[in-house]
Amino acid sequence: MSTTEVTKIEELANTEYKYGFVTDIETESLPKGLNEGIISQLSAIKNEPDWMLEWRLKAYHQWLTMKEPHWANVKYSSIDYQDLSYYSAPKKKPDLKSLDEVDPELLKTFEKLGISLEEQKRLSGVAVDAVFDSVSVATTFKEKLAELGIIFCSISEAIQKYPDLVKKYMGSVVPYTDNFFASLNSAVFSDGSFAYIPKGVRCPMELSTYFRINASNTGQFERTLIIADEGSYVSYLEGCTAPRRDENQLHAAVVELIALDNAQIKYSTVQNWYAGDKDGKGGIYNFVTKRGACRGINSKISWTQVETGSAITWKYPGCILQGDNSIGEFYSVAVTNNMQQADTGTKMIHLGKNTRSTIISKGISAGRSNNSYRGLVKINRKAENARNFSQCDSLLLGDKCGAHTFPYLEINNPTAQIEHEATTSKIGEDQIFYLNQRGISTEDAIGLIVNGYCKEVFKELPMEFAVEATKLLSISLEGSVG
Amino acid sequence: MLEIKNLHVSIDGKEILKGIDLKINKGEVHAIMGPNGSGKSTLAQVLAGREEYEITKGEVTYEGLNLLEMSPEDRARAGFFLAFQYPVEIPGVSNTNLLKTALNEIRKAKGEEPLDAIEFLALIKDKMKLVELDQSLLSRAVNESFSGGEKKRNEIFQMAVLNPKLAVLDETDSGLDIDALKIVANGVNQLKSKENSIIVVTHYQRLLNYIIPDYVHVLYKGRIIKSGGKDLALELEDRGYDWIKEHSSQLTLSK
Repeated sequence: MSTTEVTKIEELANTEYKYGFVTDIETESLPKGLNEGIISQLSAIKNEPDWMLEWRLKAYHQWLTMKEPHWANVKYSSIDYQDLSYYSAPKKKPDLKSLDEVDPELLKTFEKLGISLEEQKRLSGVAVDAVFDSVSVATTFKEKLAELGIIFCSISEAIQKYPDLVKKYMGSVVPYTDNFFASLNSAVFSDGSFAYIPKGVRCPMELSTYFRINASNTGQFERTLIIADEGSYVSYLEGCTAPRRDENQLHAAVVELIALDNAQIKYSTVQNWYAGDKDGKGGIYNFVTKRGACRGINSKISWTQVETGSAITWKYPGCILQGDNSIGEFYSVAVTNNMQQADTGTKMIHLGKNTRSTIISKGISAGRSNNSYRGLVKINRKAENARNFSQCDSLLLGDKCGAHTFPYLEINNPTAQIEHEATTSKIGEDQIFYLNQRGISTEDAIGLIVNGYCKEVFKELPMEFAVEATKLLSISLEGSVG
Repeated sequence: MLEIKNLHVSIDGKEILKGIDLKINKGEVHAIMGPNGSGKSTLAQVLAGREEYEITKGEVTYEGLNLLEMSPEDRARAGFFLAFQYPVEIPGVSNTNLLKTALNEIRKAKGEEPLDAIEFLALIKDKMKLVELDQSLLSRAVNESFSGGEKKRNEIFQMAVLNPKLAVLDETDSGLDIDALKIVANGVNQLKSKENSIIVVTHYQRLLNYIIPDYVHVLYKGRIIKSGGKDLALELEDRGYDWIKEHSSQLTLSK
């Protein structure tokens, strides 16, 4: 690219984060630090049964024996886990009956984000379980879902009301011993979402949760559990934005999906957490463990993610294809800009016969960012006729960013068919000039090209989310490249 | 419409255009001819606003505006169009999407409302006929896996949709067989009006059999060394560029 082009990109990169603001809601937090006492207190605040506290403590002891992993292609100064507060909840805990009872400050926050619950409710018919600083404050469309026997509530509520389901499935995909961050989450998770779709039920609406980190210095540990019983279908949307922050904020969520025989789960994420300023100061650390188990025959789990935010992303949504003929899919767009670092990809573990997986990963790097794809395709000895197709593309904007691809293959069955394609491209000056000459500004030109590049992933998103994703991408590109 | 005065252009310190003077009025068709490396494409690119070129001297006025101070997109929005010699491929961006975005940007600049989907579709279907383009090209990514001829026809198709005041066709004839050449020329002729002007940049005379210029200019070593009517193109065809090169050296000697 010419120097002028690079200058233009740098200019645009200086655009401030649009969603950076702090909501002034009084919060109730536990003191900083992590020990058995804190965990017991946390569990007590949440009125949890003994088995839950025991599980948390087991996870905590496991965590104490583990070391923070550093194999990812990201760099950050070490985190002092004793300097974090592990619980914060909005002080005024509103009744869930009506939006009118929700703190008006909170509603304003949602409005700023363009995700006003009222709007959501009226226009799109999406049931929203809003997680705001660890506690669910509003749940809509619950009744409609209840008629079908669908359970959609906070995980805290599920622990109280549906202990059998929680006991049976929590930790069955991501055990508390899984990895450093998953163990930490298991010990201290504050809240999250729970969904159960009964046998043969097709969930008639997209289930949606907007996550938001708000209280200063509070680690956010969400826990999500979705169970699709035999022959059911659910599409779940997760979207995030976070306010401006000076210190780095740790986010270590766990998401577990379980699809039984002939069930299908579609999990879509648009992630736009604060990435830090242009020098990388103050962004969110996003260390997430997401995994789905295709436990039943003919089951299917699709992960679709559009990742535009966070200072550091460490995330590998994967599928364990246990059931024969089960299908795992991963569609990802990861955008990094300025000093952002992303090490993301997927794991497809083929255990059953005739299992199939598809991986489409689109990385976009701009500014001085680093974007890595890391993916594992593992075919077990007994997984006859397993098939995988992987496509990993990288797009570079400017000449100071990096793109890396780390594909791992472990094939233990000779009948496996594996295809892997990878490309790296740059947005050409010629392409931008061509579009300029047609009356399109450089910013819009880059938007057009990038959206074109991501089309394969965007088409996997539910309609209203695809629109939002396109919007988020251009906001993030506005602050990054154009 | 367009007035170029004493334009000097360099790239990487090497002077390519060494003082171009050219005046184009509304409704005129000008041909700029010349051997390879004479600076024809440089002139086209500079007019469109390509940034790699350094303008060391001179000025260009377009519709009363200082063209050289305008961004490439502002030039386009003001009705300047370049049909590229080598149209680039843009994967993932459909031809329709590009055209709709471009057209609405240009309309916005003119203070007009954007076209809705139905009006837009009607317009492009109408314009496709001009260059006999297959409808399937609309949904395909811009220029991706287009044949050479399709790319050139696509440029003229875009020109038809965007309806510029001043169009520069940069070697649109190169790589076209005679049938495709006729289709392209026919399209251009139908777009010609008393209100717009066209600059045809070409190496060969043959396109000028179909697009009849009002004026022909011969560019050689960065200067326009001869201007005339359409007969000049025919004379060039007969006598070749060597004749003009001799002519040029005589000019230099006589100075």
